[in-house]
Parts: sequence; structure tokens; C-alpha cells
Amino acid sequence: MRAVVTVSGEDRRGIIAAVSAFLSERDINILDISQTILGGRFAMVMLVDVGACPKPLSEVAAEAEEMGNRIGMSVRLQHEDLFNVMHTV
Amino acid sequence: MNQANIIETIDMIEKEHLDIRTVTMGISLLSCIRGTADETARAVYDRVLTKAENLVGCVHALSREYGIPIVNKRISVTPVSFLTAAFPEESGKIALALDRAAGELGVDFLGGYSALVHKGTAEFEEKFLSTIPETLSSTERLCASVNVGSSRSGINMNAVRRVGELVKETAALTADRDGIGCAKFVAFCNAVEDNPFMAGAFHGTGEADTVVNVGVSGPGVIRHALSFAPEADLTSAAEIIKKTAFKITRAGELIAREAAKRLGVSFGIVDLSLAPTPSRGDSVAQILEELGLETVGTHGTTACLAMLNDAVKKGGVMASSRVGGLSGAFIPVSEDVGMIEAAEKGAITVDKLEAMTCVCSVGLDMIAVPGDTSAATVSAMIADEVAIGMINNKTTAVRVIPVPGKRAGDEVNFGGLLGRAPVMPLHTGSAEKLIRRGGLIPAPIHSFKN
Repeated sequence: MRAVVTVSGEDRRGIIAAVSAFLSERDINILDISQTILGGRFAMVMLVDVGACPKPLSEVAAEAEEMGNRIGMSVRLQHEDLFNVMHTV
Repeated sequence: MNQANIIETIDMIEKEHLDIRTVTMGISLLSCIRGTADETARAVYDRVLTKAENLVGCVHALSREYGIPIVNKRISVTPVSFLTAAFPEESGKIALALDRAAGELGVDFLGGYSALVHKGTAEFEEKFLSTIPETLSSTERLCASVNVGSSRSGINMNAVRRVGELVKETAALTADRDGIGCAKFVAFCNAVEDNPFMAGAFHGTGEADTVVNVGVSGPGVIRHALSFAPEADLTSAAEIIKKTAFKITRAGELIAREAAKRLGVSFGIVDLSLAPTPSRGDSVAQILEELGLETVGTHGTTACLAMLNDAVKKGGVMASSRVGGLSGAFIPVSEDVGMIEAAEKGAITVDKLEAMTCVCSVGLDMIAVPGDTSAATVSAMIADEVAIGMINNKTTAVRVIPVPGKRAGDEVNFGGLLGRAPVMPLHTGSAEKLIRRGGLIPAPIHSFKN
């Protein structure tokens, strides 16, 4: 099962490190990363594999949001199907 | 991984109020009929608790996993009048059992305190109808509806007369809360059996045992999409609405499929309605204004709404093979900030709203009217609206609140999703004699299709 992680907020050091550590601690493997800075704003989209993660996705999603709050960023982890169904015929 | 698509979806949720408006579990209660009201009430309570045991938890988990808000968890049941035909005076016992079950499960509303009397009212149904005002005033979450007409059968004007009286009685019994009981009561023409929206949801007898129906929403998303094409002609605008409705409906279908699978019940339908809330940016009226009206209610409103409603259906039908319910644009006055503002400045009238219901998905909805409005006038409003539904082969409905002690121009605040509204003036000419006549308005000629 795959999920999409989106991270946005003011750019500063250590964002990718914090997010990667969070994922790694939960056995979530990063498959693809796209990251950019637009006018000082950090924006990152990751595709991740949550198949090996022992926790239910709903719990990890809630933890990701909390982690985002701790580092002052908006962090969302969502099942990839939402994006697939909305944007493909 | 298409980054633009991902960001578009996240913006829809975070900035444009995209949400799943309701996950509604439809439960057949026909197997709960027993010899007495007490036994039936117990069976109903047990069955609802068992069937919907995991509904709220499942919906919370889905909302988290997919990162999309799901606003309401609801239940619809078999019209209660069918369950209590042998003891209709005691229908209130079933109502209390249902309300208690809904409270324990933590669902927002439970619909189905209903009767289908579109061609005639049986004696047990007369007695059932009489229990509605007391039921609505003594329960929290229960919603009632009565189908008084259909394109196939005509309009049961005796029932229309009775429903006008029931609306007034309900307002009087909930006078201390501005007649809010009437917000949980709707009169229908061509009521649908799989509607997930309240107050009119019930689980039709043609439905499977237990189903999940999902209502999607997202007027803000449509308005936002249109704002990028301010000079587009209306063909292009319709195309934008269609594509956006497609995306919204897909999200709804995903949730419906997944909820049905996890709850072990049938996937019913996706209702692709645009349902506004009182939040700014979550308004159907503001879509119409985005299309070029200075204010909703002015000339051109009906044309805009017709296009919107049709384009929403086309996009939704492409997105899901199981579209049903009401599906279209809702125009409740008190629940839509654009409608509220138009009503406050007198830009929209009840007459214009009635015209709009010819082309929108339902009818006169959440309209506060003066407290001294007579039962016959309420009945006449219902008759007009039901006539529109009957002739146009569509669902129409009336949910009006004659607010005790209030006059035209006063304001009433129902709170939460029910919103606030100015009390709208009505015509003062009497329809008393018409309503007194009773009888059946015969089915229209185009009903004979066999």
C-alpha cells in the first residue's frame, strides 16, 4: 500500500531530515521525492510505501500531522488512492 | 506521481472546503416488526445498534487515512409507518428507541420517521402522521418525512392539507427554539429511496438489507475552478463544472466503496449534490454569482442554476456508475451564506426560489416564514412545490419553518449547519378554500408510459 506525504511551510534547515526520520522509524520506505522552494516557501511531495509499517494508516496519518505541528510545518500523509481516483478517468 | 494533481486535491480540501458531506448507512427494519410496540421498539433498537456498531469508528478512520473531512455520520431506516401499522398510535415508542440508538452510536441524524402517502392515506398512516409533531419535539436526532405526491400517482391533497397542519403543530411544540422541529421535517414529491441527506433520508423497501450511501459536496471547489475563467463562455463554464464534479464524485465513490467493504454491507449510491454550509466559500449562491450575477435571486438566476445542476449531474454520472439520491445543487436558504445575504437585502424572494426549484435538485429548503402563516398557506406552498415535481418528473421538497412570534424581516438563528435566516415574507391571499377541497390531483398525462 502506498501513501502520499505532502509537506509545506516556511523553509528552514532539517525539514527533510525530520520527515525522513519519522518515516524510517515507522518502517515506511520513500519511493519518490519532489521538493522545491517557491518564494521562501518549502513544498515537498513524497510517494511512500507503508506496506511494512506495523501501525494502521489512520494512526500514522494522525502522527504525521502532530510531527508537522512540532516542526512548524503542515504535514499530511494520505492513502494514494484519493489522488488516483480524482485525477484519472 | 503528478505533483500538480496532488497539490490541486490538497488545495480543494484545505482552501475550498471539499468534504464528504455524509456517510449514511441505510438499514432495513422490516424484520423488526413484532406484535406490540414495545417489542418492536426493542428489536429496532437492537438491530440499529448491531448494524451500525462500527459506523462512526470506520468513518473516522477513513477520514484520517484519505485525509478528507467527512462531516456527518447518519443512518436511514425503513419508513417507520410500515413498522407500526398494527399500533400506529404508539409509533412514538419506536421514535424514542431510534433516537436513543442514534445517540449511543454517536451519529448526527437518523432519518426515516416517514410515511409514503402519495396516492392515499390509510387509517394507520393518518394515526402515524399525528405522532410527528410530538416526536420531533421530544427527540434530538430523528428526522421525519412524508411523500405526498408523485409523477406516477398525482398529489394526495388530503395529505398535503394534513402536512401543513403538522408543520404548524411542530413549530408550536418547539416554539422555545424558534420552531426548530420543522427543520427536521420535509414534505416530498417523488421521494427517493436512497437519499443520504437529511431531513429526507429513509431506507426504501426496494433497497438491499443494509447499504452505505455517500453524499459528496464541494460548492467552494466549483466556484474556485470557475474563478480561473472569468471570461469563459457558458459552454466552457459548463465544461469546468463537469470536470470538477467528476473529481468530487470520485472522492465520494472511493469513500463509499471502502466504507461498504469495511462495514460488510452493500455499496448503495453516491449522491453528487452540492450541499452548502453557512461558511463563506461553501455556497451554491456564490457559484451563481461567480457565473455573472450581481446577486443570487436576480434575473438570470434560474438559467445559471439550470446549467450548474445539469453540469454537476453530467460530471458525476461519468465518475460513478452508482449515482443516486438527489444529486444536483441544493438551495437551502439558512444554510448558504450567499442565500442568506440575498434574502437579507430582499434580492431573493420565495417566488424566485420556487422558480429555481424547477431546475435544482430538490425544493424550498430551510426557509423561515412568519409565525402567523396559516396551516393552509403552508399546505398551499407544499402543493405548488409538489406540482412542480409531479409535472417535471423530479424530486421536490418543502422544509419551511413558520417561526413562532416572528414577522417578516426578523432574523432567526438555528445554529450550526442549519444556519441563520431572515424571516421571508409570503403572499397574503388565502388558499384556504383550495386546501379544504382535498382529494387527489390526478396523475399527469405523461405518467402513462406503459
